[in-house]
Amino acid sequence: MIEHFLQFDFLRHTFYTSLLIGLIAPLLGTFLVVRRLSLLADALSHVTLAGIAFGLFMEKRFTSSWITPIQSGMVFSVIGSLFIERLRTIYKAYQEIGIPIILSGGVGLSVIFIALANGFNTDLFNYLFGSVSAVSRVDFLTILFIAIGVVVILFFFYKELLTLSFDEEYATVSGLHSKRIHFLFIVLIAFVIAASIRIVGVLLVSALMTLPVASALRFAKSFKQLIVYSIIFGEFAVVAGLISGYYMSIPPGGTIVMIAIVLLIGSIVIQKFISNRQRKEQK
Amino acid sequence: MTEPVVSLKDVYFSYENKRILNNINLDIPKGSFLGLVGPNGGGKTTLIQLILGLLTPDQGDISILGQPISTFKHWNRIGFVSQKANSFNKGFPATVFEVVSMGLTTKIGYFRFFNKKHKEKVIQALQQVDMEQYAYQNIGNLSGGQQQRVFIARALVGDPELIILDEPTVGVDYKNVDRFYDLLHELNKKEGISLLLVTHDTGVMTKYATNVACLNQTLHFHGNSEEYTSLTDKELSEIYGHPVNVIVHDH
Repeated sequence: MIEHFLQFDFLRHTFYTSLLIGLIAPLLGTFLVVRRLSLLADALSHVTLAGIAFGLFMEKRFTSSWITPIQSGMVFSVIGSLFIERLRTIYKAYQEIGIPIILSGGVGLSVIFIALANGFNTDLFNYLFGSVSAVSRVDFLTILFIAIGVVVILFFFYKELLTLSFDEEYATVSGLHSKRIHFLFIVLIAFVIAASIRIVGVLLVSALMTLPVASALRFAKSFKQLIVYSIIFGEFAVVAGLISGYYMSIPPGGTIVMIAIVLLIGSIVIQKFISNRQRKEQK
Repeated sequence: MTEPVVSLKDVYFSYENKRILNNINLDIPKGSFLGLVGPNGGGKTTLIQLILGLLTPDQGDISILGQPISTFKHWNRIGFVSQKANSFNKGFPATVFEVVSMGLTTKIGYFRFFNKKHKEKVIQALQQVDMEQYAYQNIGNLSGGQQQRVFIARALVGDPELIILDEPTVGVDYKNVDRFYDLLHELNKKEGISLLLVTHDTGVMTKYATNVACLNQTLHFHGNSEEYTSLTDKELSEIYGHPVNVIVHDH
């Protein structure tokens, strides 16, 4: 089944890209979920859409654009993350208010740019739901670059991020530069979202960051285990979703997310079964 | 006399035009066990946050381990234990070992990694609080009292000179509270770690604390625990603004 993906150039790029995002999206998603910031991913993905629409608009206006839609999506996503942080400090008592503001702002901007770029087309459809064939060589290299950056940064800042995620107050008191670490984290999220959009699409990118982690939470005893299980679930969903999407001519965003949901339901059921059996054995 | 671990001079603090702390002068001597008592809203937590550098005073000077707080950098020498038994994310998938390791994060520093020596330190801290057999259990599965012992270990692992505890026994069942205070007493006596304990439990003061401070916007009393037990009911109710019964703990 997989041979098509290794045979054709355009599929090969897609395949490698999906392996990369199957790694980095759940990896960063673990921190996102335990910090109860899952919705942040949704807000940023919609801002990324605005950036992508802007990129498409630029392509339309000036046929050879100096920035690809994925790259302009990244720029918007990072700017959006800065705004959310800003709003978090302005509305201290309403920490989550930045999320709906940025989300609706992102959609609003997207609509404007889409209209300016003369409306919907297949390209935009691909960005919304992901695509098997849309990953260009430039996209692949951009995403590879981001994936390496994310893995290296997480490797170096693992203990700081874990300390911050477990207990923000303690982290600050113990002398950690909590604000800077948090900021670094948000920017990484923005990059990973923009990178993942090519495969899963704007509307489903947050699912790839949260569903594998939700499944892993059923089994993980430690944070390290959570990361490993999340990546296994994430990679499985991405690869199986991509291949089945390709053979059924369905945008992979849909198949990937549905497989992740099946994995989640399976995890819940299996974990229930295991803990019931353990209880019986104890009796 | 050696230099105090924490020293506050003429400290004032207001929150949105409401005066919370009024002219506070307080020295915590090295090696002491200071119990800080006072009514709710009397500014105990605010005082702790000032000492931890989470808030800045409107006026006055605070120094930590002999250094002005504004230039103090060695926060890993101060341990902190909050009412976390109640408020941390119980579903967080971390082992006791991982939680205690977090106490070393800033001590190890950026771009450096957790190694074998750090691992031994973590196990050692867990032994001190008698929790090493739970090292690889999930933190959320422990009882409130056990969790607080783990948080003490997290404070201990960085070799602190002072541990600040903000009502650590809230949410700990009463059978374990005594055991918890015995542990604090031991750390203070054997390891020579200075302690600052904020509590409602005035009885603890007479049994464990070497010094007592009563805070209700201003510091009403600051002396050793014998002097504190000799305070009359009338004096105490002036501090608290309502009558208090001092229960003397003994075994």
